[in-house]
Amino acid sequence: MNTIPTELKYTKTHEWVRDNGDGSVTIGITDHAQEALGDIVFVETPEIGRLVNADEAAAVVESVKAASDIYAPLAGEVIESNQQLADTPDAINSSPYEAGWIFRLKLNDVNTLADLLDATAYEQVVADDS
Amino acid sequence: MGLRTPLFSEHQRLGARIVPFGGWEMPLHYGSQLEEHHVVRRAAGMFDVSHMRAIDIDGADACAFLRYLLANDVARLTAPGKALYSCLLNEHGGVIDDLIVYSRGINRYRLVVNAGTANTDMEWLQTHSNGFIVNLQFRADLAMIAVQGPEARAKTAPLLPVNLRDSALQMQPFFAVEDEAQDWFVGRTGYTGEDGFEILLPQAQAIDLWQKLLAAGVRPCGLGARDTLRLEAGMNLYGHEMNEMVGPLDAGLGWTIAWEPIERNFIGRAAITARRNDSDCRQLVGLLLTGAGIIRDHQSVLHDGIIVGEITSGGFSPTLERSIALARVKPELSDTCAVEIRGKAISARIIKPPFVRNGKSCIDL
Repeated sequence: MNTIPTELKYTKTHEWVRDNGDGSVTIGITDHAQEALGDIVFVETPEIGRLVNADEAAAVVESVKAASDIYAPLAGEVIESNQQLADTPDAINSSPYEAGWIFRLKLNDVNTLADLLDATAYEQVVADDS
Repeated sequence: MGLRTPLFSEHQRLGARIVPFGGWEMPLHYGSQLEEHHVVRRAAGMFDVSHMRAIDIDGADACAFLRYLLANDVARLTAPGKALYSCLLNEHGGVIDDLIVYSRGINRYRLVVNAGTANTDMEWLQTHSNGFIVNLQFRADLAMIAVQGPEARAKTAPLLPVNLRDSALQMQPFFAVEDEAQDWFVGRTGYTGEDGFEILLPQAQAIDLWQKLLAAGVRPCGLGARDTLRLEAGMNLYGHEMNEMVGPLDAGLGWTIAWEPIERNFIGRAAITARRNDSDCRQLVGLLLTGAGIIRDHQSVLHDGIIVGEITSGGFSPTLERSIALARVKPELSDTCAVEIRGKAISARIIKPPFVRNGKSCIDL
């Protein structure tokens, strides 16, 4: 059974979002997503300063199988990318919610956080998927 | 729902991720494709390849029949048990399938063909058998397990029927030994670039052998690892490097065509003879990506910003920890090129495959 931490928010496209409490969020992919992708071997992270819209492809995660777009869950500015993933892309497999984070966004509007799914709603998305 | 091999329940029990492949439900991996890849390079792994099919061909004209049907020449199989890799061509010189043909004595052969093409192959063989004294037998009653890796032969031999153990260990690469009465057939062949066996046996005995191999420390490996292993080994995959439209000369398989003796007529000969002098003919090369990213199938190969070819198989090499590919490109291309990945030209080096053989890199990174 995949873990779905209750303190995080989620998207239908299997990103997780951590509210850092300062108007910024950290984004990664869920345990369910990493397992479905298989061994991850390359991550293309977004440039710092890039402005993204909600649901815009912002990063790419490549597994041994295929390339998958990672979407910005909300509109904002990229303020940090996980540089460690260049050397250890498999951190997304081994630690999807911690070491495997992908990028941080400064949100245009913190109220948009309410648009995201909570853990219970995401659990339903995963259940419908399988 | 796809077809299931006799080992399907084993794959489920071992937690495999099951995917459709060539009309079958097959294991992609049992947890980590990368670990499965490495175990084959370093120790021993096993693959359920029961979706591949054996076709037995016997009869007074069996040799003449296969000399007409195959681009390689079975007359070269002078020793019993010897194997030969060949393309089965259509009249236009396209590839219907690639296969291994084993000699089983005078006018007796066994073909092992791909899963997705097995029925087409059988129909093709039957259609062209008119006028030849041959008997074709589709061996859907057999299962097939490939055990591959530096420790594969030593771990497998004690599990074979007693009368095959010594002969299996003594045979040279690209040979097979068999016990016809028990219907066990052991080839020193494979699709990984490592030593090992491919074992055909009665379906009812497949689970028993699989479980004994597991107990002997041979790790189950899925189609995912099978693909990265064959890509590192520089081996073609039907439907990727060649198909009914792309013939052997455009797929780096010129070495598998027996042009001599010139009086041997085989299906597709005229078409590929013409292709030999066609300036449009492509070469198959290996690529090592020097920039960042992963090469994928069907991406464009660029030189000076112009498209000069296409990726036929691309991916990540677990052994080299770099992205590698096979590509069909213009004949004059050499040294370096670029691959178009998500709109960007990423530089690559042109390599003569294989990339990896017997656990070791064949190229300087």
